[in-house]
Amino acid sequence: MDPTKKTLQPYVTGSSVLAIKYNEGIIVAADTLGSYGSLARFTDLQRMSKVTNHTLIGGSGDISDLQQIQKTVESLILENTGFKKDEEPLTPKEIQQYISRVMYNRRSRFDPLWNHIIVAGYQNNESFLGAVDIFGTFYEDNTIASGFGAYFAQPLLRKGYKEDLTKDEAIDLIKTCLKVLFYRDARTINKFQIAEVSEGGITISDPFELETHWEIADWQEGHL
Amino acid sequence: MENYEQSFNYENCLRNEELTKQGYEKKKQRKTGTTIAGIIFKDGVVLGADTRATEGYIVADGNCEKIHRISDYIYCCGAGTSADTENTTALISSKLELMRLTTGREPRVQNALTLLKQYLYHYHGYVSAALVLGGVDFKGPHLHMIHPHGSTSTLPFLTMGSGSLAAMAVFEAEYKTDLDEESAKNLVHKAITAGIFNDLGSGGNVDLCVMKFQNTQFFRNFDKPNKRKFSRINAYRFPKGTTQFLEEKVTLLRKNLVIENLDKNNNNNDNDNNDNNDNNDL
Amino acid sequence: MQLIQQSKQESLPKSKEINQPQFFPYTNNQGSCLGICGEKFAVLATDTRMSMGYSIVTRNATKYLKLTDKCVLVSSGMQADIETLHKILKARLTIYQNQHQKPMSTPAISHLLSRTLYYRRFFPLYTFNVLGGIDEDGKGCVFSYDAIGTLERVRYSASGSGSALIEPILDNQVGFKNRGDITDKTGFLEEDEVVELAKDTLTSTCERDIFTGDFVHIFVVNENGVREEKFELRFD
Repeated sequence: MDPTKKTLQPYVTGSSVLAIKYNEGIIVAADTLGSYGSLARFTDLQRMSKVTNHTLIGGSGDISDLQQIQKTVESLILENTGFKKDEEPLTPKEIQQYISRVMYNRRSRFDPLWNHIIVAGYQNNESFLGAVDIFGTFYEDNTIASGFGAYFAQPLLRKGYKEDLTKDEAIDLIKTCLKVLFYRDARTINKFQIAEVSEGGITISDPFELETHWEIADWQEGHL
Repeated sequence: MENYEQSFNYENCLRNEELTKQGYEKKKQRKTGTTIAGIIFKDGVVLGADTRATEGYIVADGNCEKIHRISDYIYCCGAGTSADTENTTALISSKLELMRLTTGREPRVQNALTLLKQYLYHYHGYVSAALVLGGVDFKGPHLHMIHPHGSTSTLPFLTMGSGSLAAMAVFEAEYKTDLDEESAKNLVHKAITAGIFNDLGSGGNVDLCVMKFQNTQFFRNFDKPNKRKFSRINAYRFPKGTTQFLEEKVTLLRKNLVIENLDKNNNNNDNDNNDNNDNNDL
Repeated sequence: MQLIQQSKQESLPKSKEINQPQFFPYTNNQGSCLGICGEKFAVLATDTRMSMGYSIVTRNATKYLKLTDKCVLVSSGMQADIETLHKILKARLTIYQNQHQKPMSTPAISHLLSRTLYYRRFFPLYTFNVLGGIDEDGKGCVFSYDAIGTLERVRYSASGSGSALIEPILDNQVGFKNRGDITDKTGFLEEDEVVELAKDTLTSTCERDIFTGDFVHIFVVNENGVREEKFELRFD
């Protein structure tokens, strides 16, 4: 394959996606920025999408690759459920495995999909939270953070996670993490979306802003 | 080349450069992982550090000390190459002590900062010490960080090392101005713990140093969150003769060699006691 | 003559300078594995930490595969390759079961694994495997591999990031190397001794290897089947 036709570096990129399990489901969150290098190019992108009634995928990394994956998964769902209405829909685990195989295949062809995908689902009274990376590596955990979130948010999520975490606690924790990311990750803007994956299905919130504090910036008195 | 007093010895530099040109592998500098942090609270400064020293992927020392004393009321956490951090802080510590003796005044944190940054800038980053400097002088509490190239910044909370992102996340989420001593200690403890558990370059125990005006408390191993969880009991006992050898040769010591018992007095006392005990038993 | 040479030179393809960085398809998720065989059993263990660079991706990765009631595989290296390898093996064993109406023997699986790895000789599966179980005679067996399919039947083996720390202990404790006090060097340890040794060895390994930690899955394979145990290590 012509080397110029491969993704050798990502172009328009999304930063972190965060996710945490709570006692009745999963909270997923991301900002709405698509960066073009250091330029804040697209400021109203949705990086999380509902692929079945039970499963949501969110991704960081190259946005065009992410949208390609979303299309691929949607057509997979259509293939599997379009004609056989009685059958069980694809489980979140199956969707994660499918994405993993696609990603592994592409990395083996030296033409990777430059993403870190987070798969969150709630089906048959069970929540599922997993992720797939650029190599096709896949894993499940109670808390997952991609991009810069792996360094900044994951420590806070791991510390805050407990088995009987309520929804409000989970949202508070996620919001704290988003705020920290906004403070410290230069590729994050203060415009976030939070998705809830639970028994009642999947809801993705409208973009909102978080209250931030900059008082300590005045602390610097100019002495070296 | 003979002048060792003022500077490093560079005599192998040209040779090494030539060897590298000939295709010999260049000696790589090893990146050492660390989490160090400091915050300012109501009455002073709290510094914290983990205790893991790594050599590549191997833990070289699981319980080392990364908080170095500069003077009685100035301490400094070091990340980077451990030889550089230790020697840099020791050098500046001795310079400040001389200054204290000459002037008869306690050194200020600003003195330490200036000496450190000028020293590091002089070597253009080749002395790889990343420092968090804290102390309390008559001007109040001070907290600075110094990068290996000599640039500095002054902030109410700071972190450095490979675990700095995890520790900074905790500070950004929970730091408030005018914390009391207890909550300041807890916050630094939490930040260091985040580094210990989430960064592979950091680990071991938590060291803390609380500095208030004319009052420094150093808590070595303030918390030990990583105790060994399993040990085989009575295992690995090797009886005499386990190690085999091919040849045995016994050489007698010279006869006129006198072996003095240095603990003669102590031994006598012990013997006396034993005698007494024996008598009692009888 | 000159003309021919000239035309030859012209027809040579111009070497195209590609200044783009090539995507590097490998990553190492680290982790340690070990296998020790006894007379009628084998013990296999692997830690559950999965890391990328200096961060922990997850503390609960599964890097093992129960192939049959008599055979377990533990692997470390690149997780995506490990899972791919495990999927291939699982499929091949299902086919074998359906065709022969019996599970594959452990020595046969050892060769299957070797072939599967060597098949990818020039784009290797970045995995470091230890296979163990009991053979057709009921004897314990452990097989050691490299990433491209070298196969050796051994009494004990370690692989992965902590292998350099584990192997010397096993040499001394299981292989009785440098042990003048032991006359029968072909003897085997008892089952509970081996499990204790595996636990202690991995606990010690994670004191010094930063990539090993969190939990250990321990498998004891004997005539009664596979017994699984989860054991805690340090989390830093």
